[in-house]
Amino acid sequence: MKHLISMRDLSADKTLQLLKLAERLEKDPSQIDLSRRVMAAMFYEASTRTRMSFESAMKRLGGEVIGMVGTSGTSVEKGETLADTAKIMARYSDIIVMRHPMEGAARYVSEQVDIPVVNAGDGANQHPTQSLLDLYTILKSQGTLKNLKLALVGDLKYGRTVHSLAYALAPFKPTFYFVSPKSLKMPAHILSDLTQKGVSFKEKTTIENIIPEIDIMYVTRIQRERFPDREEYEKVKNAYIITAKLLTKAKDNMKVLHPLPRVNEITTDVDSTKYAYYFDQAENGVYMRQAILATLLGEAK
Amino acid sequence: MKELKVDPIKNGTVIDHIPAGRVQRVLAILKPRATDVVMMGMNFSSKAMKKKDIIKIEGRELTQNEVNSIALVAPAAKVSIIRDFKVAQKSRVEIPSCIEGLVSCPNPKCITNAEPMMTIFNLVDSSSRDLACQYCERVFTADEMTHI
Repeated sequence: MKHLISMRDLSADKTLQLLKLAERLEKDPSQIDLSRRVMAAMFYEASTRTRMSFESAMKRLGGEVIGMVGTSGTSVEKGETLADTAKIMARYSDIIVMRHPMEGAARYVSEQVDIPVVNAGDGANQHPTQSLLDLYTILKSQGTLKNLKLALVGDLKYGRTVHSLAYALAPFKPTFYFVSPKSLKMPAHILSDLTQKGVSFKEKTTIENIIPEIDIMYVTRIQRERFPDREEYEKVKNAYIITAKLLTKAKDNMKVLHPLPRVNEITTDVDSTKYAYYFDQAENGVYMRQAILATLLGEAK
Repeated sequence: MKELKVDPIKNGTVIDHIPAGRVQRVLAILKPRATDVVMMGMNFSSKAMKKKDIIKIEGRELTQNEVNSIALVAPAAKVSIIRDFKVAQKSRVEIPSCIEGLVSCPNPKCITNAEPMMTIFNLVDSSSRDLACQYCERVFTADEMTHI
């Protein structure tokens, strides 16, 4: 594995190797040493969680971080091409982690440079490190990835996280409940792909009745910035609010996940219940990103 | 003797069975040079297609890559290479498994529309005419494509 660009490129074997390494690194990060290695963070878009979790991952393994956040004041503003910026970054560092608003940007950069490239989000296309940390979180909280019942809740139309997660879990015989307003349903081409892969799913518009059945509730924010029409957004923005009261009939092992940031879709009274797992999920991002950095830098033992 | 609506050519290429109305799109792919002799026929009657378009290019033999790129707009086209008034080679067009630098990506958010770079599309499966962009990963039908 030279780069991590898309979940489509990742075999089930490679995914399992990364999950195992993340688990080992969580227990003992001292087994990998990335000292004198430099990670270049090329963030063409604002991001707090993904960028800081990568920085934390690199630094906790002894590595260094350089980079940019946003294009203001950089050579990009002077009209430099993406390829040129990336080639220069490649001279300064050992691995590039990049986020870019245009879809396919990370794959393009991976073709331009000789060092490994990690896609930390390319527009609405892929965000493979989020998918991997979600898998790790599900594995850790349930002890298995197999035969789980999962509700994916919220914006299933524009939410790239839920699309990737559905594909990433497909080999593990999941049962999905896709819970969304009618205007934000899972795209038909994804449903047909899942059917082809033999994955069973049901589409729902309400969450209440399925809560006693599920192992994982994956909640997503309905993102204002993805809506072409403000009025459409106002209609659906409060469609699902998860409260502690709503979870009283949940199974003991049920965990609520959220890629964060949340706005109001999970109320703060859920935080103190045994079901809340989204802060652990954010922490797991560091272990998974450590595993990714170590693997791509050839240090995974 | 068979009636010919356009003159036969001595050496060159004939592209037959182009769906009626698409001849100009095929020409856009071939980009004839200012000196090329080109005959273009529209809405000729056809047993198989009812109506068809046809192109004859004098003095130019199309490369396999050019032939294949025609498949995107004219999947049933037949290409004949003519040498000394005789058909030297006849082939059907076939969409190649990988198309480089020929069509632009219809996704405005695709990086190929923002950077000075070549597009690459991969045929999703041989039975369909769907193409996946190597960069933004979106899938389009051949009819959605615009030639560069």
